[in-house]
Amino acid sequence: MNEFANFFTDPWQLEFMRRGLFAAIIVSVVAGIVGSYVILKGMAFISDALPHASFGGIAIAFAAGASLYLGGAIAALATALLIGFVSRRGLIKYDTAIGIFFVAAFALGLAVIQKQNNYTGDLIALVFGNVLTVTWSDVYLAAAIGGAVLIFVVVFYKELLFTSYDPAMAAATGLPVAAFQYALLVLVALTTVIAVQTVGVILVVALLITPAATAQLLVRSLPAIMLVGAAIGAASSVIGLYIAWHADLSASASIVLTATALFLLAFAFAPARGVVWQALPTRTAVPPRSS
Amino acid sequence: MSFETEHESHSGCAVDVRDLRAGYNSHVALEDVTFTIETGCLAGLVGPNGSGKSTLLKVMLGLHKPWSGEVLIFGHSEHPTHGHVGYTPQTELVDWTFPVSVMDVVLMGRYGKLGLIRRPGRRDRELATAALERVRLMDRAQRQIGELSGGEQRRALIARALAQEADLLLLDEPLAGLDATAQHDLLRLLEELRTEGKTLFVATHDLSCVAADFDHAVLINRHVVAFGRPADVFTEENLSTAFERHLFVLPQGTTIIA
Repeated sequence: MNEFANFFTDPWQLEFMRRGLFAAIIVSVVAGIVGSYVILKGMAFISDALPHASFGGIAIAFAAGASLYLGGAIAALATALLIGFVSRRGLIKYDTAIGIFFVAAFALGLAVIQKQNNYTGDLIALVFGNVLTVTWSDVYLAAAIGGAVLIFVVVFYKELLFTSYDPAMAAATGLPVAAFQYALLVLVALTTVIAVQTVGVILVVALLITPAATAQLLVRSLPAIMLVGAAIGAASSVIGLYIAWHADLSASASIVLTATALFLLAFAFAPARGVVWQALPTRTAVPPRSS
Repeated sequence: MSFETEHESHSGCAVDVRDLRAGYNSHVALEDVTFTIETGCLAGLVGPNGSGKSTLLKVMLGLHKPWSGEVLIFGHSEHPTHGHVGYTPQTELVDWTFPVSVMDVVLMGRYGKLGLIRRPGRRDRELATAALERVRLMDRAQRQIGELSGGEQRRALIARALAQEADLLLLDEPLAGLDATAQHDLLRLLEELRTEGKTLFVATHDLSCVAADFDHAVLINRHVVAFGRPADVFTEENLSTAFERHLFVLPQGTTIIA
């Protein structure tokens, strides 16, 4: 019995594990909520691009000894605005603009890091993240930025919903639609910045998309998708850190793979809509659409 | 229908479009567009594909800035849309998979009046409920919008415009893709709303519906070919001008649009 209890309590004896747990939970809750809009608006590509772009700023800040958060935030926001500006001219498609600029920002980061001494180690830490090296000030900053993002999502819930669901009608009623579409990009960028420390620039998109997509399979209203997405993200963080501890694996990889496993479970077994139930011949899982 | 004399007609106008010219980049979508629709009319907007019907609706909603000319809605040109104009988009432009209920969508009709940040209150819910009852969709209020049938989807979008307390409703192709029964039900609803004093401007491909059931028709093909009573508008000459090669007049007098 004691050994069983130790299995669950052991990892949290160490302060770096506790710090990592706090950081991972904050990031995955924020990402699960912001990610709900990302999956509903088909913003997966831009959500993958912004973390990559933030790497350019992180690398410069790292080389200059400045705040990695600030560097990452500036690079992500600047890239988002540049993509918006170039694609709005109408000569280049939106996803083409994304493809051009995020890789450029990432390449810039690569060039800067390569000039540093401890090239490989730093690169690995920044690109893949290490939740177990975060400091308490990282945790507080993540909580502050994450809190601001969540307050915005709650206060402007109605506006974000309307501009996401029906931009034309929202514009016709006088809402500043473009401003809220940019605001959504800024929310993604800020989530990215706090997530980079936890899972690194490559895997951030998994925290934004996978828990929210899992939630979408399980529940049917937007607030429910946000709450369940946040809960699944937090659960992935906790389970992922246990796996990382006991199996001596990378924490970011464990968290992301746990989220993926939960998605696959929901995809197979979601009430009524899971593929397993759909495959059963005797019952109609989803009521057919009447016409 | 009303038969006002010329000098009174402007006071009774829900829509007064004058010398409108609009387009995209260098492409002209609308030119010399001038017409009026009287208040309390069920009016059809008819023209071939690419004739500028959607652009005209967008300009009337304030979504697209015209190059020149003006649109007066109930006599006003400044921000005419904030309440007086309801809109139902083409159903293929609506994301039916979005996780919102029918009630959520109808409540969006109230968002314009609420302004930023404020949440819908009791009165907004009452108006949304009344609108859903009006279109006989109250039993579907909590359904996800994608679960609705084609006819119910149109009625939900109309309920949103009613919740907005709009006096003028712009409907983009509400009859498209419906079977005969659903079309009949929707037309009956539009006629009822007209009787209640709403003005309805309906973009449609269905000439026979407009000819049979509407008070007023606007026939466009970049220009206004004709407007007025459907019987006066749908002459063979006007139709062949508007539809060019897309319209075939059969010897028996039946017309087919391809």
